[in-house]
Amino acid sequence: MLGRRRFEFWSLVKLLIILSLLLFIIYPFSSLVTRSVFSTKEEGFTLYNFIRFFTKPYYFSSLTHSFVVCVSAMLTTTVIGVPIAYLMTRYNIFGKNLLHIGVIMALMSPPFIGAYSWIILFGRAGVVTGFFSRFGVTLPTIYGRLGIILVFTFHLFPYVYLYVSGAMSSIDSSLEEAAENLGSGKLERIRRITLPVVMPSIAAGAVMVFMTSLADFGTPMLIGEGYTVLPVLVYNEYMSELGGNANMASALSVVIVFCSLAVLLLQKFWIARKNYVMTAMRPPQEVKLRGWRRFFASLPIYLVTAVALLPQVVVVVMSFLERSFSGVVLGVNLENYRIIAKRLSTNITNTYFFSAVAIVFIVLIGMLASYIVVRRKGKISSLIDLLIMFPYVIPGSVLGIGLIVAFNKKPLILTGTAAIMIISYIIRKIPYTVRSGSAFLYQSDPAIEEASINLGVSPMRTFFTVTARLMFPGILSGAILSWITCINELSSSIMLYGGKTSTISVAIYQEVMRMSDGTAAALATILTVTTVASLLIFLRLSKGKVSVV
Amino acid sequence: MSNDVKIRSAVKRYGDFTAVNGISLDIRQGEFFTLLGPSGCGKTTLLRMIAGFNAVDGGEILFGDRVMNAVPAHKRDIGMVFQNYAIFPHLTVEENVAYGLKARKVPPAEIARRVTTALEQVQIETLRRRKPNELSGGQQQRVALARAFVIEPSVLLMDEPLSNLDAKLRVQMRTVIKKLQRRLGITTIYVTHDQEEALAISDRIAVMKEGAIMQVGAPHEVYAHPQNPFVAGFIGISNFISCEIGNGILSADGVSVPAPLRRPYEGAAILSARPEQLFFSGEGLPGTISLSTFLGDFIEYEITLENGQNVQLNEYTKDVSGIRPDGEAVHLSFDPGKVGIYAADGVEVLSC
Repeated sequence: MLGRRRFEFWSLVKLLIILSLLLFIIYPFSSLVTRSVFSTKEEGFTLYNFIRFFTKPYYFSSLTHSFVVCVSAMLTTTVIGVPIAYLMTRYNIFGKNLLHIGVIMALMSPPFIGAYSWIILFGRAGVVTGFFSRFGVTLPTIYGRLGIILVFTFHLFPYVYLYVSGAMSSIDSSLEEAAENLGSGKLERIRRITLPVVMPSIAAGAVMVFMTSLADFGTPMLIGEGYTVLPVLVYNEYMSELGGNANMASALSVVIVFCSLAVLLLQKFWIARKNYVMTAMRPPQEVKLRGWRRFFASLPIYLVTAVALLPQVVVVVMSFLERSFSGVVLGVNLENYRIIAKRLSTNITNTYFFSAVAIVFIVLIGMLASYIVVRRKGKISSLIDLLIMFPYVIPGSVLGIGLIVAFNKKPLILTGTAAIMIISYIIRKIPYTVRSGSAFLYQSDPAIEEASINLGVSPMRTFFTVTARLMFPGILSGAILSWITCINELSSSIMLYGGKTSTISVAIYQEVMRMSDGTAAALATILTVTTVASLLIFLRLSKGKVSVV
Repeated sequence: MSNDVKIRSAVKRYGDFTAVNGISLDIRQGEFFTLLGPSGCGKTTLLRMIAGFNAVDGGEILFGDRVMNAVPAHKRDIGMVFQNYAIFPHLTVEENVAYGLKARKVPPAEIARRVTTALEQVQIETLRRRKPNELSGGQQQRVALARAFVIEPSVLLMDEPLSNLDAKLRVQMRTVIKKLQRRLGITTIYVTHDQEEALAISDRIAVMKEGAIMQVGAPHEVYAHPQNPFVAGFIGISNFISCEIGNGILSADGVSVPAPLRRPYEGAAILSARPEQLFFSGEGLPGTISLSTFLGDFIEYEITLENGQNVQLNEYTKDVSGIRPDGEAVHLSFDPGKVGIYAADGVEVLSC
């Protein structure tokens, strides 16, 4: 008997959360599915859209393209990420902690800024391209498949690095010592012991790379040009058919969600079973290299990190350059900032305002939801867990279309409002907060809450004075991650923005499209600086207890 | 004011599994009462039912004359010490101890006074401004203890409070808890799986098995007169030897002795003898010493009987002149008036 008030309070919370999830996740997604099986070309239920998708090369090639870039990115990020993880966990790399932060920053920066910087450097009118063309050297084109893979590689290898270095530092050194003791050489030991043990983490990192690159819209849109991948096709299809028929876009969305679900389930059932992760009694010792050995162990990591952080540096530098239309530098000044302050101030306030409002909801709902998921296990709690995590497999553009087809008609018309932008941020970014909040809750003993109740404090007050207090560092860390991804959000914003609700990221996209590099760079700098500042706060608060992945 | 606690046919089910199966107990006011049993016997489940953390599926729990079944946990006025202490990590020692008093809206001046007294009683007044992560396990245990009794609860519950401490500290804290409980006179219900701890600390013990009570009694009673082979085996060490009873004579392999019984009995029976109740003699159960271990104040012999069964026999070093070698053929005897005799079903007690 837990008392009536506790019963009512948590039942009410559960009910409200379930209802909101049904309304803002399940309803839009089922609207999408419904849309996908109807067409203006045929009466009633039809697989017309899907048949067209699989038979017309124009559509089907986007699926092939998506798979090519995603699989390539999986491979390249693994090839870069795993050795870096090994070097960083086992050797005394120069400035290790700073490098680690640098790698995380590369991951948290908005992907389309990466694409944009590469274009600035290596694009048709690019700085480097121009430099080489003076000597008659033509560089291979950055546009298309190569460019997309390049951007994904340097943006997403941190996923593999972070997952694998986590696993590598938790291998008990006795395991490797035992292998050596049984007569294995160093390379043999890595091949037969270390790699198999960290394999699930490599796979988890690679799957994150796959899902993120499959969902990314900004990068292929900016740098892909003719090389159309699924999210870009969804966007094109939806925008060109605006005016009623979103059926094909819906069908494409269903295909994307199906793909990412399939990959995720594959990872869950096939790889997650081989989980050897252990709590290291004795974590591996750091090998102290000296002189040139230490230099050569550090060098590749510095190079990769430098390339990965190059986009941020490029946009910051670019933002202070006033250039003529043909690209000639006229001066170093704040001209670009003056222009955006005059013309795009609404976008800037929108970005911060929408994200801030979203974060308030994310923290509140995230706290209650993590508590329900961890402490009040049951059918409803599992359902909440599943629904909250579902947006992981829904790319932003897909969610955007889903929200549009669900809320562009009565009884609830939200399209074009700030509300729909904020709702999409909440849905997409709340998983970060719920995950880090529940991680903190799992670590704390439920008896602490019972002790409070036992001492005469009601369960509801115990939640707010004890539980919430204990979860707060976790929630806050998660919320900062949610915040960073909110301000950098492009793929759903570009679907949902209206005349008065445009954001910085949408403006960057538009400025790049109209070749207005300086203002785009100034906007990107604002995002980058905010991101870096938020990330530093995150690292300080989380003290390494909350992973960014 | 401390209360007596009555449990009437309490039942707790988890799906098909019955964790607590119709237990009834009368715990007297001011008593130190222990629920003792192996893991999974339902002792912690029962304790949490008393605390209000587990719903009561059947029967009643009463504090004094008040039925507590529907009273929510935070209104039961219970002090509880948890296995992992459950100290609030974000509060200092004194804030932890003051927590329950604040919830009870005790005036600040009185809170300060009572917190100080409580901290003095568990000898940690010098640590009052520390945070829990600056305390050792034993110190945290003292905070948990002070926090539980400072509210002067009607009942004090303790869930294996010593199981996370090392052996030496466990014995030390056991004494602290016992003296404190005597001085405060709070009805205390204590859960443990450690029979030695239960014997040392309790006024009375309830031995539990599979959700039921096997025996309730003072420590010396349950040790000296176990009501069934389970209690005999769980508390202390017992050797169980199959035997036959006919015409008041107990016969086992090579032994026939008259045995004092509660009632006339014919048929198969179980003899239960403590290691110190067996002794070497010229005649009796034949066997061979398979291992002798010298343990200082006594010698422990493992003896293999003719049927292959191993039994344990202890001899005090002061009573004997030497250690018998392994492999020696011996005969074992016992005083039929002191050992336990049970019917073969293991339920009925035959010995007086």
